[in-house]
Amino acid sequence: MKIAVLALQGAFAEHEQMLHQLGVETFEVRQFSDWQQPKDGLIIPGGESTTQSKILHELGLFEVIRKDIQNGLPVFGTCAGLILLSPMHLGTMDIEVRRNAYGRQLGSFHTVAPVSGIGEDIPMTFIRAPYIEQVLSADCQILAQVDGHIVAAQQGRQLVSAFHPELDNDTRFHQHFLQMIRLQSA
Amino acid sequence: MITERTKLNRELAQMLKGGVIMDVTTPEQARIAEEAGACAVMALERIPADIRAAGGVSRMSDPKMIRGIQEAVSIPVMAKCRIGHIAEAQILQAIEIDYIDESEVLSPADNIYHIDKTKFDVPFVCGAKNLGEALRRIAEGATMIRTKGEPGTGDVVQAVSHMRLMQSEIRRLVSMSEDELFEAAKQLQAPYELVRYVHENGKLPVVNFAAGGVATPADAALMMQLGAEGVFVGSGIFKSGNPKKRAAAIVMAVTNYQDPKMLAKLSEDLGEAMVGINEHEIELLMAERGK
Repeated sequence: MKIAVLALQGAFAEHEQMLHQLGVETFEVRQFSDWQQPKDGLIIPGGESTTQSKILHELGLFEVIRKDIQNGLPVFGTCAGLILLSPMHLGTMDIEVRRNAYGRQLGSFHTVAPVSGIGEDIPMTFIRAPYIEQVLSADCQILAQVDGHIVAAQQGRQLVSAFHPELDNDTRFHQHFLQMIRLQSA
Repeated sequence: MITERTKLNRELAQMLKGGVIMDVTTPEQARIAEEAGACAVMALERIPADIRAAGGVSRMSDPKMIRGIQEAVSIPVMAKCRIGHIAEAQILQAIEIDYIDESEVLSPADNIYHIDKTKFDVPFVCGAKNLGEALRRIAEGATMIRTKGEPGTGDVVQAVSHMRLMQSEIRRLVSMSEDELFEAAKQLQAPYELVRYVHENGKLPVVNFAAGGVATPADAALMMQLGAEGVFVGSGIFKSGNPKKRAAAIVMAVTNYQDPKMLAKLSEDLGEAMVGINEHEIELLMAERGK
């Protein structure tokens, strides 16, 4: 299995490390030609969504990535990645998102909460994080809520979290993504 | 042992990696920076080139001006306080700044002590010319480090020497045997635990950016190739002929710093770069402030 990691800006190295720990190969997508490589899935990392979106457009990657996700390429977006998949940018996922939902850096926090189908005690690090205000279609399944706000969801082959599973030493969320790819390609 | 707050603050810096942090003096400049793809902005009343030109005592910016910039953009907003100026830092924390730069660009308020940054909830970035300085700032609670290249000069030479020196000192620590680390800590004037961390991990425990004198996409690519994890651009953007275009080009150059063909294209038609002055022409070396 080989996973493409969008490496335009942000915490992409952390995702790569986690996937390598799980014995999965990765490659970085920094420009248009990188996208031509064969891949089983895509990770859109945390960082600044405005920055990543701007670079996606600039490189001509925005439309091709959108098309591939619409055609079933499995994708996992964390934090900024969640915002990019929402109707604010790529619009492949039917979620309404509130950016910087917890305010500025002083509002960043860490907690442990259950994620349906993954575990009861998943560590969650929120850094100037968004949350999902509501899911906009019945296909979109809520995976986790913290304080009444949706912080993880799945729609077909698209997985998103408002927090950063790549920052804590717990590989279960990434394993879930890999499992999702395996199941759907079987 | 680090607190949860310290961990969260180090993690915000991780989110900024591969990005460009731009100096801005007005909400309008902040919006230009955000649209160009900046991953954060540094709000200040005067950019370093003008601080240098104006001379005199340079202080924290007016909180109202900073708040105007916070309202203008959705990306993180940073601001500078003077070295050792605890009260300025408290004020910046009170307006919920996302990152404080305890900066040698402003006039130092304390010639001996830096701020005890462990007493704050908001994160701090500090400048460092070498590994010892970097580790002392981290021990004081800095959760992000940057080089101390001469601000406001448009001359990248100092940032290059700081980054080169730090990387070579890191490599030296990595190659040492464990019993040599105690003496290394003594020479670096840094805590043993941090020296040991660098020995084991081959890098600082926090994100390390380049800052000072970056004026072109090529400068930014150079710093990334030397090991910077991202770039601060101060006077280089809004002192140039076409800030919008230059800002966007530097953002793209940081992502694709290893692709000379793309860098060539990005370097075309950027208009006038900031004129710049070189380090031999200036009387005040700001990098010598705060060790």
